[in-house]
Amino acid sequence: MKGNEAIAEAAIQAGCRHYFGYPITPQTEVAAYMAKRMPKIGGCFLQAESEIAAINMVYGVASAGKRVMTSSSSPGISLKGEGISYMAGANLPALVVNVQRGGPGLGGIQPSQSDYNQATRGGAHGDFHLLVLAPASVQEMADLTMLGFDLADKYRMTAMILADGTMGQMMEPVEIHPREIPECDKSWALTGTKMQRERNIINSLSMDPYDLERMNLERYERYAAVERDEVRYESYRMDDAEICVVAFGIAARVAKNAINEARKQGVKVGLIRPITLWPFPKAPLKAAAETCKSFITVELNMGQMVDDVRLATECKRPIITCNRTGGVIPSAAEVYNAIMNAQKGGQAE
Amino acid sequence: MSVVFQKPHALTDAVLHYCPGCTHGIVHRLVAEAIDELGIEGKTIGVAPVGCAVFAYDYFNCDVAEAAHGRAPAVATGLKRAEPSNIVFTYQGDGDLASIGTAETVHAAARNENITVIFINNAIYGMTGGQMAPTSLPGQVTQTSPYGRDVNHCGYPVRICEMLATLDGPEYLERVAVNNVKNVRAAKKAIKKAFQNQIDGKGFSLVEVLSSCPTNWGMTPVKALEWIDEKMIPYYPLGVYKDRSAGKGEAK
Repeated sequence: MKGNEAIAEAAIQAGCRHYFGYPITPQTEVAAYMAKRMPKIGGCFLQAESEIAAINMVYGVASAGKRVMTSSSSPGISLKGEGISYMAGANLPALVVNVQRGGPGLGGIQPSQSDYNQATRGGAHGDFHLLVLAPASVQEMADLTMLGFDLADKYRMTAMILADGTMGQMMEPVEIHPREIPECDKSWALTGTKMQRERNIINSLSMDPYDLERMNLERYERYAAVERDEVRYESYRMDDAEICVVAFGIAARVAKNAINEARKQGVKVGLIRPITLWPFPKAPLKAAAETCKSFITVELNMGQMVDDVRLATECKRPIITCNRTGGVIPSAAEVYNAIMNAQKGGQAE
Repeated sequence: MSVVFQKPHALTDAVLHYCPGCTHGIVHRLVAEAIDELGIEGKTIGVAPVGCAVFAYDYFNCDVAEAAHGRAPAVATGLKRAEPSNIVFTYQGDGDLASIGTAETVHAAARNENITVIFINNAIYGMTGGQMAPTSLPGQVTQTSPYGRDVNHCGYPVRICEMLATLDGPEYLERVAVNNVKNVRAAKKAIKKAFQNQIDGKGFSLVEVLSSCPTNWGMTPVKALEWIDEKMIPYYPLGVYKDRSAGKGEAK
């Protein structure tokens, strides 16, 4: 199954019956899959007139208290930014998928991770975060999609799958099992008062600065719980590691190959792979800074996650960056060379 | 003693924030009366716009979502698709519906989305203090057309009902005004029909309401109502532009 199709099927198994999207490479298979499946299971697939309309349709379904999803690729995610901010302000749960391609602007259609900063900083105006999940296999495309819906509901926030063109297009075996959807109080939803309750209002507007501040503080209390309870990462061959590679998504897979090669040469190198990009796995990186002599970051961008690694490690150790941008994927040989450079005590570029 | 006139149940007790002489209050009332008379308050969900009616969620006694500027028809699409048995309406001004949200308006109409759209056309941006609207008349003086709207520089007004009537999609398009008793009664009839159409599953129904903005037009309330007759109605003729069920405006 293709990664994009795995996301679509996993969403359906997670109880999502509404999908709105607009065609853009390299995520269009998500929409195509939904267009086929949704009508057969009583769901709704609708091709919107724009990314802006699609995210606002998501806003509508989320307001009604139902699970809903949209997907796009980098330029389309920028267009969705407005709606994503409004959903944050209105505390609406939903899942947004970004199968990234190279940018900025129209960029290209090859794989990229250059929307890292956009995703982990919310990506639009105002004080808010998205819960950002970074899959590194087709199986994780499915698993994290299901998890994303659950966490979005639990914390009343929008979750994002930050994948890349490789993850979307690659085919791997995948198991997707129907699962129980956790109980979740949605008494805030717009279902009609049925003349039996006070009316509900979904809104991000407040003209009173103290009231708006209170709303933001309340939201950040939930974010604090997310940072405390929902950090996810993979630690690979880190037990005796003196060099710590940090990479997510496709970059982490490339890095693993390079690490295994370097290990054969006796180099003590391991990998920390953030699975949640927000919340970022600060604690394991801080701990690694106590035991490792240097770090290497591998990214499909000019170096964005590296700033979070610097913060997490409090700049205690040198960091070598190994980046390719514009849709180019770093090779295992390039990462291997960076590891050997670090082994020789090479400094950051 | 029997009560012969009272506030509709579908309006809350909140004091309207609108300026003296503004006709938003009249249209709010007409919408609420329609909701009351059709007995749909418990399953009605409103979508409020950005503009003077941004606080509409304080006034309608039903569930309400506040949409981003211009996006109300897309939000309404989501709400309606999530629960088709609910009655979903948007309440939007001219900047919201005919400028920044034109795409959402056109495509909701093209899909014949089964929603009700109340479109307030007062030929100006009220909330931000009187700037030129997509519906400002040629020569109209506003804050951002201080020498009068120059059509050679910034183009012509958009006639929404006429434009949407070219589409096969929409069920019902009518333009009304609320500047005198006769017109208010006709407006009420149109608004109620736009809700009834949704109940009957007929599809996209839009009522454009020519409204006054004495504050930003720089007129007394009475003069503003006269200006609708003298200037607006000649440019925006009243009437039914499409009524598919009645065969009017149906594609040949």
